Amino acid sequence: MIKIKNRSLVSITDYTKDEILRILDIAEGFEEDQRQKILRDYVIATLFFEPSTRTRLSFESAVQYLGGSIVGFASPDVTSVTKGETLKDTILTVSNYSDLIVMRNPMDGSARYASEVSPVPIINAGDGANQHPTQCLLDLYSIRKTQGSLDNIHIAMVGDLKYGRTVHSLVQALSLWNTTFHFVSPESLKMPSSVKTWVKKAGLEYHQYTDFMEVMPKADILYMTRIQGERFPDPLEYEKVKNAYVLDNSMLETSKDNLRILHPLPRVNELNEDVDGNPKAYYFQQAKNGVYVRQALIAAILGLK
Amino acid sequence: MNTKRTELKVSAIRNGTVIDHIPSENVFQVFKILNLDNTSRQVYFGTNLDSKKYGKKGIIKISNKYFENEEISKIAIVAPTATIIEIKDYDVTKKGKVTLPENINNIVKCFNPKCVTNHQNVPTSFRVIEDHKGKMKLLCKYCEKTMGQENIEFL
Repeated sequence: MIKIKNRSLVSITDYTKDEILRILDIAEGFEEDQRQKILRDYVIATLFFEPSTRTRLSFESAVQYLGGSIVGFASPDVTSVTKGETLKDTILTVSNYSDLIVMRNPMDGSARYASEVSPVPIINAGDGANQHPTQCLLDLYSIRKTQGSLDNIHIAMVGDLKYGRTVHSLVQALSLWNTTFHFVSPESLKMPSSVKTWVKKAGLEYHQYTDFMEVMPKADILYMTRIQGERFPDPLEYEKVKNAYVLDNSMLETSKDNLRILHPLPRVNELNEDVDGNPKAYYFQQAKNGVYVRQALIAAILGLK
Repeated sequence: MNTKRTELKVSAIRNGTVIDHIPSENVFQVFKILNLDNTSRQVYFGTNLDSKKYGKKGIIKISNKYFENEEISKIAIVAPTATIIEIKDYDVTKKGKVTLPENINNIVKCFNPKCVTNHQNVPTSFRVIEDHKGKMKLLCKYCEKTMGQENIEFL
């Protein structure tokens, strides 16, 4: 049974396979016709307790294409949060001014808590290092769009697989389909065992590599991530691995025709700019898909689609 | 004969509950969970007692007290091997192993310093799960991190 209306979305695992597919289907409709003014009488709050340019702009653009209004803040500096207001009080107050709250907050688990205290639905736009379900939905949308289906995909995830929350959520979500996972990372940033257990429990296969090129001829999707220097206690260790997982155009020669390259962005140096012109580069379109998916999610939660 | 001597190291109780087979190092955690440091009842305890099954064990005896299922579940978090024995007039009337509950609410602190429960006034809540090796883990309802027994700290 699909039950999205009036429900918060905190973690991608809150949704069943059918609910995810429903959002992706609605998003397709927005890709065909983005300017459907169905939010004309609605106010959406965007509460960004920490800065995030692209996620906030993507949500706000989604609301505005739908004709809705936005209240909120892009940083807590200008709010009563700096006066020591609790998250609960902020949520209860803002819920009086809006039909739905989009929230990013640096505390892990803050979105689940907000969804428990809020009388209006919450969409989690990132709670610390925990979840970012709309990124996951737009990744799934991009995979389905470029491959025609979410079934039987070989996905190679490259870079920081230990701390990257986007790859963890994506593994969880793709485990609902018949996916084969290829994890490519330095030894010190390997996929955590809890995530690998998830794959095993789903009865799916995963393979681990330290050599990037080994995976190239196998992948349908190459999901690149940024290796962040601050993750390494030893700067020398970072220097050793930082260039080992950089993709340039020449490396794509052995890849399949249907391969598409995804990246949650922003990139630093892990995607060479010479890849941008390759038809297999899909990351900017992927970011665009984020608007359709967020439109779909807002519309579905408000019961308008 | 040996068994008898071990038993006598901690006084027998007439009525009440014996919590046996507690891992020695966790006796004081069981004390804390059951709030035994604030009870007016007679409480006896022993640690590092010889145990045929576990090598060393701890034991706690509480007079005139029988535990509810919820309290027994709490014991299971820190002492999964424990046995609960109810005594009436020096006779064993009930004996059984502890079992873990599905959820642990507002007893344990989340080990993740960034978890919302460590910053706002939010009662903690964990689901009891097993990892791939069959070890007990607590999954935080909020930050979704899992912690093992070694990270458990009581509120």
